[in-house]
Amino acid sequence: MTQDAIRFSDAGQTFRTDSGPLTALSGVDLSIARHEFVAVLGPSGCGKSTLLRMTAGLIKPTEGTVSVFGLPVTEPRDDIGIVFQQATLLPWANVEDNVVFPARHKRGRVSQKDREHARAIIATCGLAGFEKRLPGELSGGMQQRVGIARALFLNPDILLMDEPFSALDALTRDAMGFELLRLWQASPKTVLFITHSIPEAVILADRVVVMSERPGRVIANLKVPLSRPRNESSLRSSEMQDFMGHLRGLLIKEKVA
Amino acid sequence: MSAEADISITEQTDKPKKATHVTPPEPFMEKLIRMPVVLPLLTFVLILVVWEAGTRLFAVPSYILPAPSRIMGGFEVVSLSRWIEHVWSTLRVALMGFLLAIIISLPIAVGLAKSRFLSRSLYPLLVVIQSVPVVAVAPIIIVVLGTDDAPRVVITFMITFFPLVVSMTTGLMATPPELIELSRSLRAPVWREISQIRLPYATPYIFSGLKISITLSVIGAVVAEFVAAEKGIGYFIQFSTSMFKLPQAWAGLVVLLVMSLVLFQAVSLTQKILFPWSLPKERK
Ligand SMILES: Nc1ncnc2c1ncn2[C@@H]1O[C@H](COP(=O)(O)OP(=O)(O)OP(=O)(O)O)[C@@H](O)[C@H]1O
Ligand SMILES: [Mg+2]
Repeated sequence: MTQDAIRFSDAGQTFRTDSGPLTALSGVDLSIARHEFVAVLGPSGCGKSTLLRMTAGLIKPTEGTVSVFGLPVTEPRDDIGIVFQQATLLPWANVEDNVVFPARHKRGRVSQKDREHARAIIATCGLAGFEKRLPGELSGGMQQRVGIARALFLNPDILLMDEPFSALDALTRDAMGFELLRLWQASPKTVLFITHSIPEAVILADRVVVMSERPGRVIANLKVPLSRPRNESSLRSSEMQDFMGHLRGLLIKEKVA
Repeated sequence: MSAEADISITEQTDKPKKATHVTPPEPFMEKLIRMPVVLPLLTFVLILVVWEAGTRLFAVPSYILPAPSRIMGGFEVVSLSRWIEHVWSTLRVALMGFLLAIIISLPIAVGLAKSRFLSRSLYPLLVVIQSVPVVAVAPIIIVVLGTDDAPRVVITFMITFFPLVVSMTTGLMATPPELIELSRSLRAPVWREISQIRLPYATPYIFSGLKISITLSVIGAVVAEFVAAEKGIGYFIQFSTSMFKLPQAWAGLVVLLVMSLVLFQAVSLTQKILFPWSLPKERK
């Protein structure tokens, strides 16, 4: 159990573009323990989504390695679920069909057991009663719950989340954060959570990683000095305010530099 | 797409919503005018009246513009069974050309959407083919393929297929990239990415292409009949005109118009019934 769930060793990514090579990430060293919740902060375009795609096995690092549970990632794995910024549900399929979609897409058919499993996940994600609704009939927050339910369908060990709540309004966003913590505590997973919001990173994560401007590197890797369970008032203490101020300082320095 | 039985049937959940919406009863006339068909119909009747009155008042000769009543007379010159024969001949060619266009443009569109190489090599060629005036090529096609349905279907196909290829390709590429990544992260086969994600996503685009193509298919069939045919509405119009039987030719035109409209509505209705989610929100 001491093995890292995710490990970046000197990992980098250089894209070939029409205007020459573009180094998005370079020399990233980072390890994430099993069932750890790690948030990644960084300026826009510093390669956060690229980091996530490399972990998911959607693109290969052009330097160094990315390993998951000790094995270098060469292709997508079943034990990784992805949640995107937009829920990107299938607009023609109802909530239940969207959640069982991984089964239908992977195996080409959906069993009764798959449906039962989907309904159970839908219920844990607070969507009971909405199984037959179409995505267009749901609010943004509800749609993202469906997105999370879909990512949980194959019981992944690792959940990769790319700014999952940034399209939501502030109140819904906070509520979704606590909802995610509830899910994570009920069924522990390794979470790599990308965000632009310092309070969101701090309230959710065990550890916050700050990245530099492109080419992105890890410039800070800090344990969040906050016990669990956490709630709305957790961030009020002066210690937390100082911690968030420190993170803000790191990010601003990156912006100016 | 047919494998996705659940994509076609969706619950109509807006009924209870309407019931809770209590509006004061509308006066009958206002309600009538708000109905979508009433206003265009009134306009149409008005145009007919003005047309009839104008042609009578100024004694316009029927070979320039026959009055609506003369055109109605033009229908009676030919027996119903003859009309049906003409209509069927044109309809058959239009539909076969349309179907051929769908069958051929689908794989081409998939190829263009999936392969950079194909879209770079094949697409410019398609544009060139599209730019060839079909009316000018039609006689050549007739000479090459003979005088039965085959050349007419090919001519119809040539007129209809390009908008279909363009709309299908655009639709297949309109899928959110995240869903393609989801598909790849599930290591699903490519054909399932196409059938379960890309094609359904392309449905609204495909239908706008189908709506353009179905009316073009009638034009294609008529063009083919102009060149060589002994049956069909296009042939009938050309024959009547050459005999200076203009009201009769106009009657043929009316039949063509009705045919186009019915085919267009059939495509619209298919979309409404089978793919209601693919319609723009407010028109649902
Ligand atoms: N497939 C690709 N081909 C070429 N360049 C790419 C590709 N993917 C990403 N990039 C570039 O790499 C850089 C990092 O992109 P990435 O999406 O990882 O940034 P990000 O940190 O997630 O940004 P944001 O905060 O805006 O989401 C950007 O400059 C982007 O334009
Ligand atoms: Mg990003």
